[in-house]
This record gives sequence, structure tokens and C-alpha cells, in this order.
Amino acid sequence: MLIELPFWPQQASTVAGSVDVLSIFLTLVASFFSFLIFLLIFFFAIRFRRRPGLTATPVPTRLSLEVLWTAVPLGLTAVMFTWGSGLYLHNQQDPPGAMNIYVVGKQWMWTVEHLEGRREIGELHVPAGRPVKLILASQDVIHDFFIPAFRVKQDVVPGRYTTLWFEATRIGSYRLVCAQYCGTRHSGMIGNVVVMEPQDYQNWLANGADDPPAKAGERLFRTFSCAGCHELQATQKGPPLIGMYGKSVRMESGETVAFDDAYIRESILNPNEKVVEGYRPIMPTFRNQLNEDEIFQIIAYIRSLGAGDAKP
Amino acid sequence: MTHANVPENYLNASWGWRSWLLTRDHKRIALLYLISITLFFIVGGFFALLIRLELLTPAGDLVQAETYNKLFTMHGLIMIFFFLIPSIPSVLGNFLIPLMIGARDLAFPKLNLLSWYIYIIGGVFTLAAVVTGGVDTGWTFYTPYSSTYANSNVILTALGIFITGFSSILTGLNFIVTIHKMRAPGLTWLRLPLFIWAHYATSLIMVLGTPVLAISITLILLERSFHSGIFDPKLGGDPLLFQHLFWFYSHPAVYIMILPGMGVVSEIVTCYSRKKIFGYTFVALSSLAIAALGFLVWGHHMFVSGASPFAGMVFSMLSFLVAIPSGIKVFNWTATLYKGSISFDAPMLYALGFIGLFTIGGLTGLFLATLAVDVHVHDTYFVIAHFHYIMVGGAVMAYFGGIHFWWPKITGRLYPEVWARIAALIVFIGFNLTFFPQFLLGYLGMPRRYHAYPEEFQVWNVMSTAGASILGLGYLIPIIYLLWSLRYGRVATENPWNAMGLEWQTPSPPPESNFAATPIVTEEAYSYDIHT
Amino acid sequence: MTSIPDSRPLTVAASHGVHDHQFDDSAQQQEAATLGMWLFLATEVLFFGGLFTGYTVYRSAYPNAFGEASRHLDLVLGTVNTGVLLLSSFSMAMAVQSAQLGKRWRLLGFLTSTAVLGAVFLAIKFTEYVHKFHEHLVPGSQFVFSGPESQHAQLFFSFYFAMTGLHALHMIIGIVMLAVLMVLTLANTFGPEYHTPIETIGLYWHFVDVIWVFLFPLLYLVSR
Repeated sequence: MLIELPFWPQQASTVAGSVDVLSIFLTLVASFFSFLIFLLIFFFAIRFRRRPGLTATPVPTRLSLEVLWTAVPLGLTAVMFTWGSGLYLHNQQDPPGAMNIYVVGKQWMWTVEHLEGRREIGELHVPAGRPVKLILASQDVIHDFFIPAFRVKQDVVPGRYTTLWFEATRIGSYRLVCAQYCGTRHSGMIGNVVVMEPQDYQNWLANGADDPPAKAGERLFRTFSCAGCHELQATQKGPPLIGMYGKSVRMESGETVAFDDAYIRESILNPNEKVVEGYRPIMPTFRNQLNEDEIFQIIAYIRSLGAGDAKP
Repeated sequence: MTHANVPENYLNASWGWRSWLLTRDHKRIALLYLISITLFFIVGGFFALLIRLELLTPAGDLVQAETYNKLFTMHGLIMIFFFLIPSIPSVLGNFLIPLMIGARDLAFPKLNLLSWYIYIIGGVFTLAAVVTGGVDTGWTFYTPYSSTYANSNVILTALGIFITGFSSILTGLNFIVTIHKMRAPGLTWLRLPLFIWAHYATSLIMVLGTPVLAISITLILLERSFHSGIFDPKLGGDPLLFQHLFWFYSHPAVYIMILPGMGVVSEIVTCYSRKKIFGYTFVALSSLAIAALGFLVWGHHMFVSGASPFAGMVFSMLSFLVAIPSGIKVFNWTATLYKGSISFDAPMLYALGFIGLFTIGGLTGLFLATLAVDVHVHDTYFVIAHFHYIMVGGAVMAYFGGIHFWWPKITGRLYPEVWARIAALIVFIGFNLTFFPQFLLGYLGMPRRYHAYPEEFQVWNVMSTAGASILGLGYLIPIIYLLWSLRYGRVATENPWNAMGLEWQTPSPPPESNFAATPIVTEEAYSYDIHT
Repeated sequence: MTSIPDSRPLTVAASHGVHDHQFDDSAQQQEAATLGMWLFLATEVLFFGGLFTGYTVYRSAYPNAFGEASRHLDLVLGTVNTGVLLLSSFSMAMAVQSAQLGKRWRLLGFLTSTAVLGAVFLAIKFTEYVHKFHEHLVPGSQFVFSGPESQHAQLFFSFYFAMTGLHALHMIIGIVMLAVLMVLTLANTFGPEYHTPIETIGLYWHFVDVIWVFLFPLLYLVSR
């Protein structure tokens, strides 16, 4: 039974190994100092235990010791900080060529939208060996997307998009959990990340019965009369959308903004926060008419209209 | 043990309800606090018991999900705001600060009594919230769940916490003024007991940090009452603003909970080693450093919240820095043992346990300060293990150590030493059994606030629950024998431990005005070398 | 237990040097009271500071909406109120001086004028609140704001009411304390040797004034 005791989670992503190495270093340092203190206390307690004939001897403070046990911890923590931040910044950089998948967290489930069309609930199928970037949205409260085996975690905050990337290295099924308390069924907001061989993943994608989100997005685009102002060519009422995804756009305020997912979402929900140069703030809000899944579908549709210069 | 010739002291100076409930005597107020926080400790502990029982099995089968959410919320709220934060300052601090500095009382005795009443009123509100359905937001009240979505007694609970916060502020204010203005002649700052330094630093945090909690709660109350949108993204608000405001207080709050314990440990370690503290100035100033740096690290609770990575780096670096002064204290306490004459009375056992367990807890904090690792262990049982090592393995052990150390001074009775040592060992063993497995569970990926978990985690959870029952037993035993000692314990002399410190230069229990004549101080603290 | 009368309010002028039993002398008591009040004011800075922080965050996020919303505030009434409060602080300072000089009736007069000015401030504030209510600018279900960014304008008004409301609450408490001081002055409690409460409450009053001095430009002068 002892052999079955779990001590360490599986490593199933490209970053898991480096995070674990750092954790082991921290464990060694922590163990060293813990044992040091325990042993010193133990040793001193025995060696200097009170007994007849033994009195305490005053020991003057030694500045050199104070400096030592200030400087050494400072040095060690500097190492931990540098190592930890370096690894963290590296892990935060979106890798080039990552495939995007849209994920919505809502009380109490995860819905996943693959751009090619498959939708999932509580499961995320991904290919091994390829960087995957998740664009995360919350329908209601703060959730958190956590895959222990990949050592990745990101809060999913309502009102904005957050992102998380990983590259899975091992075929298999790995637990996915919500790691930010979100209400009654927080412990039930779990699922699986299913890592497949790339070819199997392609087959799985192709077997989906759902429309690609871009198609659903196009339907929404028509239904909500977006085309009325945003005919795909420029009109006087609204800026063009074709070939825009990823470009940099100038706003009335003078600032330059990237035409990315977050910008599209904001334009749908708070249209007059950022107005494109040369246009008036007349776009109505669709705040209570579109949920996060539907906004993702519209984004997918706009992406399908062509990308601009900058990468998505 | 007869009543015949007991001299007049603060306990028997007057009788009746009014003399206690309308007292201005800091010593009586300390006892009022002692009784109330013990009751809250039992309530909070009861919730912990239910949590651990539920976690015996992987399925959530003991209580409903909603009930479980209320259990961990209320466990956290009660333990933090009604036990840990007031415990050492309001019981031991209140009792001892005037005695240790040679004063007759605190600067503002009526304010002191008001602090207790405010604490009680806040407690009543919170307990009312508990018994009329509970609250399920987590003690951290994150928005928009707490401000918009939760269907539990958020307003009532928030009011209770808001009110209690003022108790903290007034206590801190009282302590700061007292320490500045009422020290006995000759008692310069660098002659003060480290207990006083620790409480001074704690009071600075109480005074400067708690108001920000008050505002955070006020905004939640407004949001819930008027749906104004401050934290609701659907109305333009930012949920992260709440997190910044909340943690700006709640991180320094953890230093409110640990600094007094560190002060207690300094007093105990010196007495039972019969030695001056090693590195007095460093230990004293490190308390101030912890208080100051503690205000600058709140963002380390938000590394994966969506805040900027650059901000994350700044907070990470500062979080490493705040660990350094704590390390300095641990090394200095350990060095104090060197060439001492060490005895292992119960208070010393608790103090030594504190040093060891606080060290482990503090070192695991480094994992959390390390950005890349925190991404993995944030919001898992690793964090729970970390803070329980510090709060329970640290603060609670220091509290018990202090209660035992000063019990003769407070009550005039000695506790039974053998039982006390047994209980200390049971606590130490039970504690480690309860919380060490949680480090493993956390790294394995068991999230916080889950009442159901995968099967393979069950062994560690069972071990943790088993430890919790031992820990509970360890806490029960002192409650019993301390009560017993009030009537049957050996009568204590003025200074049963032969300790340094002005509080031991007056009878046990002290007279109402503490000292027959104002003492004059001519030597450093812990002058055990001069007075063997 | 022998007793020095402990903490009753001193109805005998402290020129006799009577002090609470925990203090060694009245000088120590006065120092303690003053330090205590400064500490309390520090807590108030942090208390209001949380609101100021939240306001600043949203204002930098939504400058247009906040500017637009701010224009709905009555600049005239706000300016008058600022003047009223500054005058009341002057009056309070004169009260402290009167106490220091032992001029009982002048003290009473200045305490009264301070309280009256405070009440004028509150009356004007109340008028503003009533106007806002009629204009449907109180956050909540009745809130109506014409303009492209009504959501964010509601945020502005949430902070407006929270900040000025909290400030008004502190004014009310201040006026009540002034009333207590007036009663004590009539009972001949204060004199040159003892007037600590006048000074400490004076500190409080000035602080509440300073808060308004920050509130006014932040709320009323956003984009004027």
C-alpha cells in the first residue's frame, strides 16, 4: 500500500519538469534549514540541559553571526527569486504558433470551443507536442483553470479575458480542476484534459457534429444586425472588419490598440470606451444579449474574415 | 489554598457582575477576553472538526456542498477575526503590557473596555449570521461572488467583521500610546522586553491596516445593498480591485497574528535558558521590519489573478525580503539556547515547538513567494498547510505557551506540570500529523475548499484527520487542568520561575494598581547573568 | 481600595493638576491624549484612503464617464461648502486659542460657530443629495443617466455618495462632540492648564476639513 501512496504528481507538459526542479531545490533548502534548526535546538537542549553545577554562561552578541544569518538567507532568496521569476516570465510568454482554444468557465462547468468546430463540456482534447493557448472567459464569478499535471494555473476573471498556454508531452488523461472558490458546486467543477497523438486529435476534430464557432458567429452577426454598420467594407457608420484581426488600430483618443480578442469583446460590451479614429460613438452595447460563449463565436467569425499584419 | 489570608488583588478587590462588566482594570479586561476567545476557539474548532470528518472520504457525503462551503468559511472567519487576531494581544498584551513597563494601567482604560464590548458585539453579529443560515463566500469574500452571487448571510457577517475591526484598532492605539508615554523611569526603548517590541509592531499594523479592511467590507455592503457595480464587471466594476483592497489589510493581518507570539517566545526562551536573548537589538528591530515590509507584499496572493507579471515580480521580491527578519529571529532564539541552562517546563516546550514549526511554515512560504512554483501550488492544500504551520504550529503554540508561563501571575495558581508537558507533546505530534500531509496533497493538486477529492488522495486525508483528533485532544487537556488549577492548583509565589521582568516584581495575582510604588529600571532586559 | 477618582470627566478645572490614576501627572495625560488622537487620525487616513484608491482606479479607467458625471454635481454649492468648512476650521482654531487664554465665553462662542458652520455644511450637502435623488442619480435600481457611458457614471456616483457620505458621518460625529465640549465649557471644565479635549477635537475637526479639501477637487473639478 505504501507503494501506492502518491507523493508527486505526474509530469505531462513541457514546463512541469522545470517547475519540479525548482520545487525540489526549494524543498532541499527548506529541509536543510529545518533540520539545522531542529538539530541545533535538540543538541543545545541536551548539551545545556539544566543540571546541578551547570550555570548559564553569558554569550555576548556577535555581529558577525547576525550578518551571516542575514546575508546567507538574502543570498539564497535572491537565487530563488531570480530562478523563480525567470521561469515564470518564460512560462508567461505565449509561444509562437500556438493553437487557440476558447474556454468559458461558468458555475459550475467548463465549456470548450475548438475553432475547427468541436464543443466540449468538462473535457478538453488537445494534441501532444504542440503549444496550445487557451483564451479563458468567465460567465459569472472568478474561476480558475488548473491542470496539476501540467503545472499551469490561471484565474478566469469575469469582465475580461485571461490566457494560459501549455504544451502537453504525454498521451493520457489529466485532471482539470477549478481552483478559485466559485460557489456551491466548486468541488464539482472538474474535468479532464485528454492528450492525444496529433493524428488522433485531427480525426477527433473532424468527427464533430457541431458547426465551427465561426459559422455560429456568422449567424449571430446577421441576427444582431452587426452587418448594418459593419458591412465587411468600410461604411460611414462602423469600421471594417475584414482582414483586421491582429492589426493595430488608431483610436479617437490617439492611442493605438491591437485588434485582438479582448478588444473585440470590449467593443461588443462597452463600445464607446475605445472608438476608432474617424468614427462616432454610436454603437449600442450588447451586454445583456450575448453570453461569453456567443462572444467567442463572433470572435471566431471575425478571425475567419482574415488576419492583419500582427500575429493574433 | 485557603481563602483566609489571601491578600487583596485585582481578582478579589470587588465582587459582582458590574465590577467585571464595567471594569476599567486592564487585568480584568484581559480575563474577559480570555473567556470570550476561548469560546470562539471552541466554535471555530468545532467547524474544523466537521471539515476533517467530511474529508475522511473522497466523496462529499457527510454534508451538502453548500454546508461544507459554509463550514470552511465560518471556520476561517471565526479563527482569524475572533481568535487569532485578538488572542495574544487582547489577553496577554492587555494583562502584561502595563506590568512589564511599570505602569498602573493602559493609557485609556475606558477605551480598553470599549474594545472588548465592540469585539463582543461584532461576535454576536457574526454568530447570528452563523446560526441563521451561515455564510459561504470563503473568509476572503472575493467578488463578484460575495457581492452579487452568494445567497447567504453576507451582509450580517460583513457587519460583524466590520464592527470587530474597531476593537483591533482601539487596542492597537491604546498599546502604542501606553508604550510611548507610560514607561517607568529608566525604562528606555532598548531596555524594553521583546514582548513589548512585538506588541508595538503589531499595534502599528492593527492601527494602519485594519481601516482598509473596514473600507473593503463597506464597499461590499454597499454593493450588496445597492448593486452599484463597484466590483461587478457587468456594471463596469473590477473584481480585482476588491482583491487589492482586501489583501492590503489581510496580508499584514497575518503579521498581527504572529508577531505577538514571537514576543512570547522571546520571554519564555530567555527565562528557561537563564540567559539574555542573543542579539536583542536585532530581534527588536526585526519586529518593526516585519511590520513595515508586511505592508508591501499583498500582491503575492494575486500572482495568478490576472494582475501584471511585472507587479508579480515586485511582490515576489518583497515577499522574499519579509522572510529575512523572521529568519533572524529564529537564529537568535536558537543561539540564546547556547550555553544556557535549559529546563523543559511546559512553556519552554511550547516555545521550542514554535521555533521548529514556525521555521517549517516560514520556509514553505518561500515556495509561495517563488513565482513559477506558486502558479502550481496557489489555492491548493499547500497553502493551507503553510498557513496552519504558522498560525497553529506557531501562533497557537505561542499562545498556549504564554498562557502557561503567565498563568501563576494571572491566577495566583500553578498548573500541573506533568499534564502540561504531556499535552504539549500531544499537540506537537497531532499538529504535524494533521498538517504535514497537506503539503503533499497540495503539490499533488488537491485544491482548497473542495469537499470531494480523487480516491488516491484519501490516505493523506485520513492521516490528516487522525492527526486532527489528536490535536483536538491536546487542546482539550489544558482547558481541563487550567480550570482545575483555579481551585486546586498550588498557590503561586510572586516569581515562581525566577524570571526577569517587572511583571514578576509584584504579587501573583497583582493588586489592582499593579505596583505598590513605581519601579525604577536600571538594567537591560533579561539580566539573568546578573541575578542568577 | 484607596482610590483617586478615576476617569470621570473632570468637572474641576485641572489647574489643580488632577489626572486619571494611570497617569503620573496631567502633562503625561495630555501628551497621551494628543498622541492618541494623532494615531486615530492616521487610521482615518487609511480608512478614507481605501475609498480614494478605488475612486482613482476607476477614474483613470473611465475618464470620460467620470468627467461627464462630475459635471452633474453642483459646483456652486460645492464651492460654498468648501468655504464654509474652511471658515469652521478657522473658528475651531480660535476656539483652541480662547481655551489657551482662559476666555470661557469666547471659547463657547467659537465652539458654537464651528458647530453651526458644520451644520450649514451638512444642510447644503443634504440639499445636494435631495437634488441628486430627484435627478435619478442615486446608484441602484432608480439610476438613470443619459449619455453613452451610464454604467461608468453610476460608478462615479457610487463613490461620490460613499465618500461624501462617510465624510458627512464624520462631520455629524464632530458636531456631537462639539456639543459635548460646549456643555463642558458651560460647566467651567476648561482653563489654560487643562483644555486637552478642545485641542484633540480641534485636531479631529481640522482633519475632517482636510479630507473635504481633497474630496472637493477630486469629485467636483474633474474636467472643468
